[in-house]
Amino acid sequence: MKPLLKICIVLSLVAASGCSSLGVQPWERDLLAKDEMALDAGATDLSLDDHIYFSKEGTSGGRGFAGGGCGCN
Amino acid sequence: MQLDQAKAKSVLFAASCALLGGQVQAQDWNFDTAVMYYGETDRVTALEGVVKAKKTYANGGELNTKVVVDSLTGASASGAVPQNSPQTYTTPSGNGQYQAPANQTPLDDTFKDTRVQVAGQWSAPINDEYLYSVGSNFSKEYDYMSLGFSGVLGRYLNNKNTTLSLGLSYAFDSVDSVGGQPIGLSSMVVNDGAFANEAAYRTAFNATRQGDGESKNTVDLIVGLTQVMSRRWITQFNVSVSEVDGYLTDPYKLISVVDTTGTANSQLYENRPDTRSKQAFFAQSKYHFEQSILDLSYRFTTDDWGIQSHTLESRYRYLFANNSYLEPHVRVYQQSEADFYQPFLNDGTPLPRFASADYRIGKLNAYTIGLKYGKKLENDREYGVRLEYYNQAPQDIGITAPGQLASQELYPSVDALILQVDYKF
Repeated sequence: MKPLLKICIVLSLVAASGCSSLGVQPWERDLLAKDEMALDAGATDLSLDDHIYFSKEGTSGGRGFAGGGCGCN
Repeated sequence: MQLDQAKAKSVLFAASCALLGGQVQAQDWNFDTAVMYYGETDRVTALEGVVKAKKTYANGGELNTKVVVDSLTGASASGAVPQNSPQTYTTPSGNGQYQAPANQTPLDDTFKDTRVQVAGQWSAPINDEYLYSVGSNFSKEYDYMSLGFSGVLGRYLNNKNTTLSLGLSYAFDSVDSVGGQPIGLSSMVVNDGAFANEAAYRTAFNATRQGDGESKNTVDLIVGLTQVMSRRWITQFNVSVSEVDGYLTDPYKLISVVDTTGTANSQLYENRPDTRSKQAFFAQSKYHFEQSILDLSYRFTTDDWGIQSHTLESRYRYLFANNSYLEPHVRVYQQSEADFYQPFLNDGTPLPRFASADYRIGKLNAYTIGLKYGKKLENDREYGVRLEYYNQAPQDIGITAPGQLASQELYPSVDALILQVDYKF
């Protein structure tokens, strides 16, 4: 079986079951609610970096859509 | 100062409205701006400016718009091998020539471009359990145009501690290369004085060209899981697939054909397959310590060109008491080469169907180290300065270099400096 398919199945199982015991109550989100704790904090830096690495390396995407949009690769 | 800021906001707002057809109301816009310089030693220099505008609505909806302008100049490796004597090549347009000095990597210094990108995205909750996002993206440069659309559906679970998301995007790109698209693996014609006249040269050059324009279609699908682990810890996992179909060759790249003495007798235009299927896995963990935040991520990609890559990235933000921070950044990247990557072709052996000597799809190791300083000010304003060093080290794939190539640098490394200044208001 392809490794990515395995990962998909594991993620689905985790989402469906294990995660229900993880997490916090709404009043415990003080730190998670901070701008710098967002998973895409520094989004401008990330998009500028993506543009560089997309242009200079053979692979792209993962965090978001790999997309098109540049003639430099 | 406040007045200036209000004025700047209204000007930028007016620009955003113009882009969106003036259908939105002016209130509570937040702007995020940045200027980045990227400079390689003796090669490409780029300057990129970004203006992003965001508006949040009372119902939880969020409108994001972005304008990016960048300008590239300088030289990039053509793919041809270095030689122990000076070499002459024809520019992509066919109207001129460029030289590579003896024992130096051939660089095409005719490279110059300006790109403008405009993007918009709307996100909103559907109800307590679902949210959605739709967006579009347009970018244009001299020889290239891209138009893309995307949509994401998110589902909250477990008291919003788990979010599942499904995203789909489509992009249409058109390529209209300077001088027309070369016929894959046709031989570069160089006007070395042997042609009877300019017309004879032009006829020979045109014989290496095909149609006026090419295009490609890209469809991406992403399945994501975001999970809050604890009050201090959040994680994300994405699996994505990407199908690309169309013109994927770099029209400006060459591959040398060398004889047993290592002498390049001809330069062919590279040729890549016209489809590519890519898969990626991405995992991210973010942990809030007492005075700092550690952001770790890992990405694995694989595709049917035979390229696999591993990327490990870390950002560690140390928070000072005066609302400023220092953030060291480390990124390590490793990729294997495409099946059809070769640093050169051998004279006398049958031509493969596909071949490229572009080091960017060769075996490659790269790393980035950087440091960012930022400070939050009153009224949601914030500035930051970032300096980074990026190193690319193309790797030998174990092909024996004949004759003079044995003493040439076939896998030269590339160094770049990145400087960025950003300001939010």
